[in-house]
Parts: sequence; C-alpha cells; structure tokens
Amino acid sequence: MSDQTMLVVDNVSKRFGGVVANADISIQVKPGEIVGLIGPNGSGKTTLFNSIVGFHPIDSGSIQFLGEDISRLRVPQIARRGMLRTFQQTRVYDGISCMNNMRISVPHRAARMRDMFAHVPPEIDERAEELLEFVGLFSKRHLLAGDLSFGQQKLLEFAMALMNGPKMLLLDEPTAGINPTLINGLIDRLRRANADMGITLLVIEHNMRVVMNLAQRLYCLAHGEMLAEGAPEQIQNDERVIAAYLGAH
Amino acid sequence: MNSLELLFQAPILSVQLLIDGILIGSIFALAAYGMALVWGVMNMINVAQGEFVMLGGYVALYAAQAGLHPFLGIPAAAAVLFILGWLLYRVVIFRVVDKDLFISLLATFGLSILIQQLANEVFGADVRTLYSGLGTIVLLGGQVTVSEIKLVGFAATLILGACLLLFLKKSRLGQAIRATAQNARAARILGIDTDRVYATTFALNAAICGAAGALVVMTWIVHPYLGLAYTVRSFMIVVVAGLGNLGAVVAAGLGLGAAENFAGFLLGAEYQAAFVFSLLVVILVYRNYRLGRHRKYLK
Amino acid sequence: MTESVRKLLPILAIGALALVAPYVLPDYRIQLALLWIMILFALTWDIMGGQMGYNSFGNILFFGLGMYVCAVVQRDAGLSYYPGLFAGLAAAAVLPVVVAAVLGSGLLGLRGHYFAIGTLGLGIAAGEIASGWDYIGAGSGMVTPLYPGEIGARQTFFYFASFVLATVTFLALRRIYSGRFGLAVNAIRDDEDKAEAMGLHTTRYKTVAWSVSAFFLGMAGGLVGNLNGFIDPRDVAFAGATYGVFMVLMAILGGKGTLWGPVIGATIFHITQEVFWTYLLGWQRVALGLLIVVIVVFFPQGILGWAKARYPERFGIRVEAAAEDADGR
Repeated sequence: MSDQTMLVVDNVSKRFGGVVANADISIQVKPGEIVGLIGPNGSGKTTLFNSIVGFHPIDSGSIQFLGEDISRLRVPQIARRGMLRTFQQTRVYDGISCMNNMRISVPHRAARMRDMFAHVPPEIDERAEELLEFVGLFSKRHLLAGDLSFGQQKLLEFAMALMNGPKMLLLDEPTAGINPTLINGLIDRLRRANADMGITLLVIEHNMRVVMNLAQRLYCLAHGEMLAEGAPEQIQNDERVIAAYLGAH
Repeated sequence: MNSLELLFQAPILSVQLLIDGILIGSIFALAAYGMALVWGVMNMINVAQGEFVMLGGYVALYAAQAGLHPFLGIPAAAAVLFILGWLLYRVVIFRVVDKDLFISLLATFGLSILIQQLANEVFGADVRTLYSGLGTIVLLGGQVTVSEIKLVGFAATLILGACLLLFLKKSRLGQAIRATAQNARAARILGIDTDRVYATTFALNAAICGAAGALVVMTWIVHPYLGLAYTVRSFMIVVVAGLGNLGAVVAAGLGLGAAENFAGFLLGAEYQAAFVFSLLVVILVYRNYRLGRHRKYLK
Repeated sequence: MTESVRKLLPILAIGALALVAPYVLPDYRIQLALLWIMILFALTWDIMGGQMGYNSFGNILFFGLGMYVCAVVQRDAGLSYYPGLFAGLAAAAVLPVVVAAVLGSGLLGLRGHYFAIGTLGLGIAAGEIASGWDYIGAGSGMVTPLYPGEIGARQTFFYFASFVLATVTFLALRRIYSGRFGLAVNAIRDDEDKAEAMGLHTTRYKTVAWSVSAFFLGMAGGLVGNLNGFIDPRDVAFAGATYGVFMVLMAILGGKGTLWGPVIGATIFHITQEVFWTYLLGWQRVALGLLIVVIVVFFPQGILGWAKARYPERFGIRVEAAAEDADGR
C-alpha cells in the first residue's frame, strides 16, 4: 500500500493569477531512490517543490508522503515528518556560527519543552562535526555562516539538512554556482547520503552531466506540464525533451 | 436601560450611529490608502502615519486662525505635509528604504515619537477643534441628524481618492510609481528614477494624511496624541483590505468607522480607544488563523 | 591571581558597588533602584527584539499588569505586609505569563512586523482599559500598602529587591541563551522561513520567549508599584510613552542581540536621562524620539555591536584573514 511509495504527487495543479505554473503533475518517488526533475527555466520545477513542502496551497490534486495526505499541512509539520528541502538561493542562518547552524538543525520531531532549556549534548556536537567534515567544512566550523562564500553556504545547507535526519530530501539545484572542479565531490556526497544514510533524493538540476550521473529516474517538465519520464538515457534521447530545451533558448 | 437595550428599543439610533460612523470612516480609509501606497511601493510600514494626520489637523487649525477659510485648510494641510514628507524622505527615510522592514519600522516609530512629543511641546496638550461654520442636516423626520461638515468630509475623501487613482493610472509619475511597486529593480533598469518615485510616494502619502487631518479637526478634534490611533486604524484597514484594492480599503474604512461608533456607544466613550486597539489584535489573530487553514500566513 | 578570578573581578566590583550604593548615595535610592529596573527592561525587550528579531512595542503591558496584580493581591488578600508582598509578586509573575501565552498563541503566529504593530496597540489598550476600571481605581489609580519601617527604609528595601531581580533576570537569560533556546531564537531571527522548513517549533519558541519577558517584567512591575507608593494607569503602569519607548532604545543603544549590550545601554541611558532631566524637561521626550531615529539609522548595531565588529577576536568570533573557499574561488 503506502510503504511502497514514499512520495506520491497526484495530478497537482498550481496557478498564480493567470499563469499556470503546474498543470496536472503526477510523480512518484520510492524509498531509497534518486529521482531527478529537469526542464527548461520556467517549467514549474521549483513551484512543484514549493507545493510539495507546503510553501503554498495547491489548487487541485493531492500529495501523499509515506501514505499520509500532506496537501493541507504546513511547512514545519511536513518538515517534522521527515521531508526537507534545500533552497535555490541557499538559506542558512547568517548571524550564527556554522556549528550553531548545525546544532539547531537537529530533528525536532520529538522535541519536548524541557529540551528547550537543555544544553546541547556532546553527541550532537560530535555528529555536527562529523557532517561538517563530510562536506568539507570542518575547518570553517566556528566561522559565522554569513561570512562563508556562496559555495560554502550551499555545502553548509546540505550538511544542515543531513543533520536533521530526513527520510527524503528535495534539493533545488544543488550544484548551481559551485565551481565545476568541485561538482564531482558533491555528486559523490549526494550518492553517499543516499546509499549510506538512506535518504531518498528528489533533485532539481540544470546541469545535465550531474543529473545523468546521479539520478536513477528522471521527470521532465516543460511549460508547467509533465513532458516525459524514464531512465536518464531514454530522456536524454527523447525528441520532445530536446525540443523543449532547444525551444526554450 | 443600558445602551444595548436602547439600541433595540430605538432602531433609529442605529441608523444615526451607522451614518456617523460611515462618514468618519471615509477619513480612515483615506489615511489607510496612503499607508498602503507607501507599503506597496517602498515596502515599509510608516508608523508615523497618524502623526502626519495630526499635523495636518494643526496646519488647518492655524491656517484658519490666520484667516483662511476652514475649507482651504484641506489643501493647505496637504501642501504643507507634502513638503514635510519630501523633507523627511530626503533627510531620514531614504536611508532606511532599502534596509529590511524592521529598521524602517523602528525608524518611523522613532519619528512618530519625535513628532508626537514635538507637537506636545509646541502646540500644547489641549484638545482643539475647528469650527467649519456649517450646520446640521436633519433626516427622517427629525430623528437623524447629520452634520454637514461630515458630509463634506465624506465627499472630499471620495474626490481625493478618485484623484489619486487617476493620478496613479494616467500620469507618467503615477505609472512610474506603480512600476516601482511591482519591481523596483526592473524599474530602475528601465530608467525610472526610483529615488524620486520613493520621495514622491512618501510625500504624497504625507499630503493625503494632511488632508485627512484637516478633515478630522473639522469633524472632530485634534491633539498631539491623536496619531497612534490613526496609525493603528490605517494598519488594520490595510490588513483587512490588502494592498492593491482601493475599493476594499474604502469598504473596510467605512466598516471600521461604523464599528467604532457602535462600540463607543455601547461601551462608553472612554473605552472607544481601547476598542480600536483591541480590535487590531483581534483582526490580526483572526486573519492569520484564516490564512493558516489554507497554508498561508500574513506576509 | 588566576585567570578565572581575574575575569570575575569586574563583576565583583560591580556587585560591591551595587551593594554599597544606597548607603553612599541615599538621596538617589529611587533612581538607583530604577537603574536596575531599566536594565531589566532592556534585557527583557532584547529577548524579543534583539535575539529573536520580533520588535515588541507592547512589553509594557506585562509591566503594568504585574504592577496592578501585585497591588490588588496586597490590597485584597488580607495578609500582612511581607507575605502580602510575596504573594503579590508571585501573582505578578504568573498572570503576565498566562496573558503572554494566550495572546501569544494568536499574535505570535504573525510575522515580525505584524507582531510589532499588533503589540503597539496592546500597551495603549491596556492603559485605556485600566483607566476606566473602578475595581483597580480607574483614572485615579491605586495606592500600595505602607511599608512597615522607618522613613526611607522602603527605598532601601526595594532598591535591593530590584537589584536582586535584575541580577536573577540576567543570570536566567544567560542560562537559557546558552542552550537550544538561544540557538532557536537566533535562527528565527536570521531566517524564520528556513527555521520552519527545518521543522523548528517556531511558534512554541516565540511564545516561550515572550512568556519569559512577561515573567520578569511582571515582577518588576510589582516592585516599582511598591517603590513608587502609587500606581497611575497611564503614567506609571502602562507607561507606553516613557518606559515602553525606553525599553526599545536602551537595548538598541547598547547592542541588541547580546547579553551585556542591554545592560550597557540601560546604564548609559538612565544616567544620561537623570542628568538631562532637569535641563530638558518636556523636550526630553522629543530628544528620545530623535535619538531612536538617529541610532536606528546610523548606529543600529549599538555600542557592543560596534565593538564586536571592531575587535571580533575579543568576543570569540573567528575571522579568517584570507578566505580560501571550498569551491576554489
């Protein structure tokens, strides 16, 4: 029944005024998968993400996560159920150190009132340092997050997401703005997060090389509609997809 | 017989309260529209909004003392406040326009305290009013009285609102203002001098408040601490009506005027102020709750 | 002298000064007591405005509430002076917290600027309602019970009470800022959307923050009511135009978002205010407004913020000289 699919997006539509951003989109993500979401600019990918995580209401359709209808839940409620997202513009807490960013990114599912006033236990710090090491930011851990470069902040945001122990992570263009020489490292880390930490990934990407290497399955959006879906090689050679990208330029 | 019973016993009283409330509510709508303008274009909440209204009242007061016909106080107040708004923009506001909402909130908060206390020192704390020399109309066989000045106020508000709309829709500057409201960066790239747009918007808002203030002092009173209530009223109306819709602002303004009047009657005049400020809290909470059910929240 | 003793020295010095002050300057006991209250005002405002980024213009509500609650308990509970005062202060701590939790459940779901304006009206509304309610004396206010002791003992007693309360507040805040609470409220300040997207119980933290402010402000109200001897609804209790504005100014002046900033800001402000009171009179409040504008526009980081930017190392902030990036840029 519901344990087979982690995320079911069923005929979801979203319009902003006169613009239809998403028209009857349906996608499915099974546990442990890495699924890619591609499409030219303006095809509605980020809008779909926003709809899934509760950032705005959807006009029609439904979204189910682990068998539960989350279409009307709010952002923090969905996040606490184990589905996180990273932002295209990369959002971290500028005014506090990287370590503190990590410390506050612990899961809050079972948080009680008394946890509020507790000191941060050493296990949390250990895990935080471990993850910062994993993304290569260990040496910067005491710097203010606002002082990091854009690429470093992206890595921090990724580490924070991992810290939260999600079941599923929606990544919005994780390699955008990263120096090309470091992208391979990021792809590797994403794969390890998926394989070792068991996090299901749904990734919006523009970089074809990245998405071909990373994703097991792809969905392609264009003009707010689902254009094609399938394995990367299939999609790569799909005429409609090629036309959509070429047409968009 | 308490006030509530009185209302039921004499329904004509409700008509009186309603009419009075609507008439005064139109002035609220005017001030609210100015606030919505500044909020929409400059992305700042002008906490000193009410103080501009208050100053407009004093300008009208002193203009009348200097021999000007009370009605001329309206344009006089608008003109003086326009200049003041422009100056304030050039000295202070331009520095906080592109900072985050909090800084501009705190800055205009400080400004409101400054103006309020300055008015207290300069004008004295007495409650003053301006007699317009108009009488009252009697309706419905002598049971409902409407002061003519309030009707004038209502008409003036509608006229001013219409002029404003026309200005924004038709004139080049008005279009520049609307463009900046939609996307300041794009407007700049297209050659619009956003700084001038901001200055004009802020000054325009001040002028609107000034005119409103002149109407207030003629239909009611003025005193140095009048401002906060008007700021709160404007804010409430904008929260309920949203930023884009003049019609909604007018409707909300009239509604608020009526509600206040009824509350003043039922609770007693000394609690009318408490009603206004408490209503703000209620509206905010309720509005947020309603939005929350649809996964939105007040932004 | 060991390192830790050296660090404690300034604190001990302040403590010693605080203890002898009322005896050294007996004519200024009320002003000295108010100094500690001002520090408390700034600290409690800072929880909301500085640490969490939620400018509350209505914290005075809790101060006034506490003042009235304490006085009513003292008047009606039928206890002798000290037990009555104690009960009153306990009530003055609890009721404002309940109010904060109740009001907060609605108001704190709002984003910062809506919260700010919403609270603006609160303090005024409270003052208006209090002015009309006969049970608490309406416009004439209330009188607190006579202090059982010789002339002048009241001031000394409440000076020490204020000192103790302010110190407890400081220590309590220091404690909670060092735990998850401090991290959470800072996260809310820096990016509330992000905090929500990470599953943080933002409304819960916001409510607790406001309740903590209410707790200490309520007790402060109880103390000031007794220090003063009388309560006026608009000028003493819900003194939005004075204390309510001071709160904001002092915290920003000293450096909001820090522990010592509000303390420094309150001290400087209070002393300056006492000195200039005689010269400026009514214009003092005009100057207040001007000061807020000037500080917010030109000096928003406050004294401590400026110091941190200038000498970051002294504050434990690490700065890298030549930042080599993880992405090689």
